[in-house]
This record gives sequence, structure tokens and C-alpha cells, in this order.
Amino acid sequence: MSPTESGAPPAVPAVGLTDVSMAFGGKTVLASVTLDIAPGSVVALLGANGAGKSTLIKILSGVHTDHGGEVRVDGTPVALASPLAARQLGIQTVHQRIGEGIVPGLTVAENLVFEELAQQRGNPFLSGRTTLARAREIQAGLGLAWSDAVLRQDVGELGISDRQLLILARALATRPRLLVLDEPTSALSAAEAQRLFSLIERMREDGIAVLYVSHRLGEIDALADRLVVLRDGHLTEDQARPFDWDAALRAMLRLGPARQSQEVTTARPVREGDPGEVALSLRGVRLFEGRAPLDLDLRAGEVTGVVGLLGAGKTELARGLFGAEPFAAGAVELDGRAYAPRRPSDAIRAGVHLVPEDRHADALVPGWSVARNISLPFLKSFSRAGLMNRPKEDALGRETIDALGVVTRDEHSTVEELSGGNQQKVVVGRWLAHTPRVLILDEPFRGVDIGARRDIGRRARALAAEGAAVLVLSADVDEVLEVADRVVVLAAGEVHLDAYGEDAERDRVIQTISASV
Amino acid sequence: MTTTQSTEVPTKAAIGPATSTAVRVQNAVIKYGFIFVTVALFLYFALSEGSFRESATLLDTLRYVSVAAILGLGVTLTMAVGGMDMSVGAVAGLGVSVAAQTMVVHNQVGTVAILAVLVAGAVAGLLNALLIVVLKIPDMLATLGTMFVIQGSKLILVDGQSITPGMTMSDGSTAPGKFTDGFLKIDRGTVLGVPVSVLIFGGLTIAAWVFLARTRWGRVLYAIGANPEASRLAGIRVGAYRALAYVISGVLASVGGLILASRIGQGDVSAGTSQLLEAVAVALVGTSVLGRGRPNVWGTALGAVLIGIITTGLTIKGLPYYTQDVVEGAVLILALVFSFTLSKRRTA
Repeated sequence: MSPTESGAPPAVPAVGLTDVSMAFGGKTVLASVTLDIAPGSVVALLGANGAGKSTLIKILSGVHTDHGGEVRVDGTPVALASPLAARQLGIQTVHQRIGEGIVPGLTVAENLVFEELAQQRGNPFLSGRTTLARAREIQAGLGLAWSDAVLRQDVGELGISDRQLLILARALATRPRLLVLDEPTSALSAAEAQRLFSLIERMREDGIAVLYVSHRLGEIDALADRLVVLRDGHLTEDQARPFDWDAALRAMLRLGPARQSQEVTTARPVREGDPGEVALSLRGVRLFEGRAPLDLDLRAGEVTGVVGLLGAGKTELARGLFGAEPFAAGAVELDGRAYAPRRPSDAIRAGVHLVPEDRHADALVPGWSVARNISLPFLKSFSRAGLMNRPKEDALGRETIDALGVVTRDEHSTVEELSGGNQQKVVVGRWLAHTPRVLILDEPFRGVDIGARRDIGRRARALAAEGAAVLVLSADVDEVLEVADRVVVLAAGEVHLDAYGEDAERDRVIQTISASV
Repeated sequence: MTTTQSTEVPTKAAIGPATSTAVRVQNAVIKYGFIFVTVALFLYFALSEGSFRESATLLDTLRYVSVAAILGLGVTLTMAVGGMDMSVGAVAGLGVSVAAQTMVVHNQVGTVAILAVLVAGAVAGLLNALLIVVLKIPDMLATLGTMFVIQGSKLILVDGQSITPGMTMSDGSTAPGKFTDGFLKIDRGTVLGVPVSVLIFGGLTIAAWVFLARTRWGRVLYAIGANPEASRLAGIRVGAYRALAYVISGVLASVGGLILASRIGQGDVSAGTSQLLEAVAVALVGTSVLGRGRPNVWGTALGAVLIGIITTGLTIKGLPYYTQDVVEGAVLILALVFSFTLSKRRTA
């Protein structure tokens, strides 16, 4: 290998990807991603939900094997044909859910050597002594100083961060070329995260390449040598230090100039007349335990958009207001009266409705027709003495299909036959049967095409014009700006910006988000 | 018989004739396969055995399956909410003992016995609901536990022995009461030639069908079974409805117990045990009827009739009674192949 210029990365990357692509059922989730990760470098991978991060991780860890393009380890093309193959080729992945790597019921030592046990090499008869000896070696590799007593105890006794260290130690024992860390700090406290960072520094010195997947910009700023952004399956940004956060966020949150000219053609909505009366008033509400409280008034007659990255507290806000998961603390008033829904049915009765973030898990009933999915929350109004009035139900189904422009054969089609956008229209439509006082839409435009997004946005604005308070929560700044009168920036459960019209201009929103990190 | 099947396959206007015909045949098999098997078996027995054709035999068949069918209706309800009730046989057995205890030992009239049995069924259902909804124990395990508890407490109730009219009680006296004539008519009486138990079976089937398929409560039960979290976020009190399903199942099982008590005419301590597997089998066979792959009332009723036809037919054919379990088990497995293996393949 010829000597490289100082500062330039070594010629042979530890792991290189060339034109790696992946499609599910005709839908492209990764589009020719090319990325070289140098030994001893920490590359941060950023991307919104659905950008293709987890697909990329699954390709690297040998879960998705039918991808296009080429993967190289130390310059040699390889086939990551199975999770075992990926590990043997030197790519170790520590998944976000730590529990997946831990085998409950075994001791700490057995978990440390588990990978070797699982590969069935060497002596099939296990002795406690050899297991312990090997476990000591493995943990020493990570500089852990666990006593034999700790090694002998059941792994269930370990706290979450120790479990993570265990998995890291196990991964490092195989001397990997690349370590993929997927949201490694999501379950850690600040001090525990700090411990992890110093370990990552050591790995860097040992020449191990790290792909660090996170949405926490502060961590990336402290750790990474390089930053790449995935969006809609494309690698849209590739920066070396010092990082340009505004550009990174723009790339991540779909704020390219192309999109501005093509898609965001509608003028910003402007609310006419005076601000409406306060519908929902939040006082001292804590979205997370131990975080600062938040005060927020949601007014009738306007659409309030809440923007924030993953983990900002958007879903906690939505679910708390809907009674699905109570707030950690605080009081809420609805039209001047105390409002503390203990369950969603309380909220629905009070006129507070939610379109949840994950429509498949939390909203749609699989195998049911469009009409039945629409009528579900208000079955009482489609029945007499308990007996369902199907013609009335079907009529509402047709009405909703017309009002929202749902593309479907008819109201009897099962929801699975519909596209994502049309499914979302069905979920939104079910709440329009009884005009809501407050409608909360959590990430309503995820996996929704532009046409459907427009239709849903229009309907949300119409609802506000009729006097409802509408709350739209999204990580996508453009989506929120497109529909909201007022923009609130949320980060770590706190309000960082609360502005109307001109004041809620795009650049300012982005700057607030990047400054709040 | 194969020609009967092929008429169900539409022959005209297919784009890819070869494959689409195969797919249609498969769809038809999945959808109508079980109904076809039932009808075919019925015709086979009816044509080959003269005694099978007699209306008395047919009504006896229905009378025989009525207990398993009614228990199966309860199982169907709990399956609709995504659960399972393994305690229905034990609850029916409890009903037999409670009925005998009330009439024979406490010398009460039939009406009191009926009420006592229904209350016992409801209490058993509430116990299941408590374990599953409040204490969050998985349905199958919870009802398996109550099955043992109910069987055991039934034995305690009757001091471990069957209660017969005129028996000597533990204090040396003779049991004062007997099964009243009215009570015995539940299984043995007829209205216009139809056994009362068959009428109860028919009536409860219609009632359960209206409830599950035509009321909003039934709709809610199915919603919970298909997606509990979405149901909760649509404002449904998921726990309350799941509890309701188990209570109704308990009450239906106790109705089965009433018929059983009337049939046996004494407080047999082993009553109800064989009914559990039949009831579960009937409900599972029901999911495969019409290829819906989900619990439904008509399917359960038809499943019961099918098992009745097979049992009666084979008995007339002279098959020993002890082969019955193997035959019923084979029917169940065949039904499961229909509802899981074949219908999965179709959607894939």
C-alpha cells in the first residue's frame, strides 16, 4: 500500500459499500448507497424514520441478504449471507434493543462467551472454570473490572448500561473490522453514555471502524469524524469535521431546494381574524420524568404544528392529551374545565381525538373494510338497541371516501388493499364523523404520498376553520409549515420556539432545532 | 363426488386460464371444503345406512352434540377477543354438580337449580376475567388453571362423590330431594317432536350469531381480537369487553351443564371433562368454515353438526366407541390445516 497524504483516509476502507440498494415489493428503500468507512474512524449515520437506516444496518448485519451492489471488507468483496457470516467477516452490530443480545437465565460469564458457545466450536462440555476464564479475558478487552462474583451472577441482575457493556465486550472480543452501534445511548443516562464514549475512543485507537447511528446531534458532534445522512434511501450528505449542522438537518428533514420548488407550492396558511379562544391549556406538564415542565395553550380555530426530532416528546404529548399514557406531571384544562383523561375513551367523549403515529399498530383493524374501520370509534351512533345499522355505516364510509378523496374500489374494500396515504385518510376520516373539539395528528404524513398529504392537510385546516383546535406533530419541518398557523419547536420535552406566520419562517425553525440539540 | 366439486369453479373469462383455474379450485376448496365434507359424509351415511336416515337418529345426533356446541359458542366468543377458554368443560361439570346439589341435597325445585347453575357459570367466567384482564395472565394458562380449580372445588362441594337421588349423605340421613320432572325435560322433553336441548342449541346459536355478527358489542369483540391497541385508541374499554366475553362463555358453559345434568339425571363428578376438547375442536373447526380463518358462530354450529354426523355415522357403521377420539382429533387437525396452512398459502 502506498503511503497516503497526511489527513486523507487510508486507501483501503475497513468496510466499503458500492451501489448498495434494496427494495421491498417494488418500493425502493435503499438507492445505490456508496460509503467507505476507514479503519479507526467513527462515521455517524443520520436519518429520519423510514429513511433506510435500519435497512442498511440489516444488510450490514447479514439479515437482509437480497440486496444489490457490493460490500467489501478490507477491499475484498464479500457476501453477508447470514448474521453469522457477517460476524465472521468482522462486522458486529449492537442493536438498539439491548435485550435482543442477552440470553436471560444464563450467568454474566456465559453471556460473555455466548457467541463462542453458539458457534459450537471447541469442547462441547462446558466447565464453569473455562467459561469464567474466557469471560475474564473478554471483559478485560473492554477494560471492565467485573469481579468473579459479578461474572457468576445471573445476567438479569445487571442494569441496562452494564448489559450494553456486556454486549459491546462480546462484540469486541471477536476483533471486528466494523462495529455498528444503533442508537446506543437511547437507554443510557448521561454518565453511562460518557462511559460508552470513552470506550468508543479506545476502539478508534485500536483501528476499529464504527458506524454510529443516532439522532442525538450532541453525541455525534463529540464523537464522529464524519457524518452521513440518509433520506428516502439516498445518501444525501457526507461531511467531514467541522460539521455544518444546518446543512445536515436540511438534508435529513427533506429541505432540499428541489423539493421547495416542486412540492411546496402552496402559500403558507394565514389564519384570518383574531386568535381563537384557548381550547386546551397545559400547565406544568412534564413529558419526561425529570425534565423541565412545559406550558402550552392550544387555540381553537387554528392549526398548531409541533416540530421536533425523534425523542423530543411529540408522541408523549399526543398520547398524554389523548389519555393513552398519562403525563409524568402537570395539569390540563379543556375549555376552562379540568381535563385529565384516564383512558382514550374519556378523551374521545370530551371531543379530543388522536390519529396515532403508527397507523398499522395503533389505528387500523386488519382485514376489516374501509367502512368498518371508519365507524369503529363511534359504533353507538350506527346502532339501535345494539343492532348495527349497516346501511348507515356504509353511507358514512362513502361520505368519508368522497370528502377525503380516498382512492378505493368502494367502502367494502379491506384496508390492506389501500395505499399508505389512503389508509391514513381512513384513519383521519374516522374522527370526522363527530366534529372534534381537538384533533391531534401524530406524524400524519409518514409514508403518505404528496396528494394524500395535501388532502389531509386541507381537511385539517377546514376543521380548524370550523372551530376545532388542530395539533399536528411531525419531525418534518416542511410538512408542518405547509399546514400550521403556528409552529412550536419541541426538544427534550421543552418548548424552544412558539411563533406565528412570518416569525415561524423555515430558517428560524431549523436554527432553533439545531441550537436546541 | 369430484364432479360436484368442479361445478363450483367458474369456467369463463380467465386471463391466465391454467393458473387461475387452479387458484380458483384452491379458493373454493378452502371456502367450501368443510361444508362439502359435511354434506358428503351426510349423504354417504344416509345412503349406506337406512337407520341414519330416520329423523329420530338425526335429532338424536343434534341432541348429542348440543352440549359441545353450546360450550363451543362460548369458546368462539373468547376466541373472537383473541383469547381462549379452556375451562368450559369444567364449568359444565360444575353445573351438573350444582344442579344435583340444589335439587337432591337441598330439595329445591328445578327453577332454583337452573338459577344456581347459571350463577355458578357467571362466577366462573368472572374468575377467568379477573385472572386474564386484571392479573394479566395469558388466557390459555389462566383458564387451564381455573379448569383445575373448578374441577377441584366441585369435588369438595359434593364430598368427592356423585350425587344420586335417595343416596345416604355424610350425616347418615337420606338425601331428601330428586331431579324434578321439569328439570329432566331439558334434555329428554320434546316440543313438536324436537328435543328441548336441540331447541336450546338452535336458539343460542341464533342469539350468539346476532350478538357477534349484528350488534356493536360483537363488532367490538372482533376489533379487540384483531388489534387490541387500535381498539383501545378508538375508545374501546378493552378490558371490560374481554371480561364480558369470558362471563358469557361461563354462562353458556353452565347452560351446557344444565343439559348434561338433565341427560345424566344425577350429579356425576366426572361430567363435563370430555366436553372440553369437543367444544374447543368445534370452535376451531368453525374458524375454517367458509375459509374466513376467524371464529364465527355458524362455523361453530356447523362444526358441531359435522362432528355429530361423524360420530353417529361411525357408530351405526359399527366402529367401536373408543375410536371416536381418534376420529374427532383427525377432523380437528384437518380443520386446522384448512384454516392455517391452506388459507395462509392463499394470501401469500
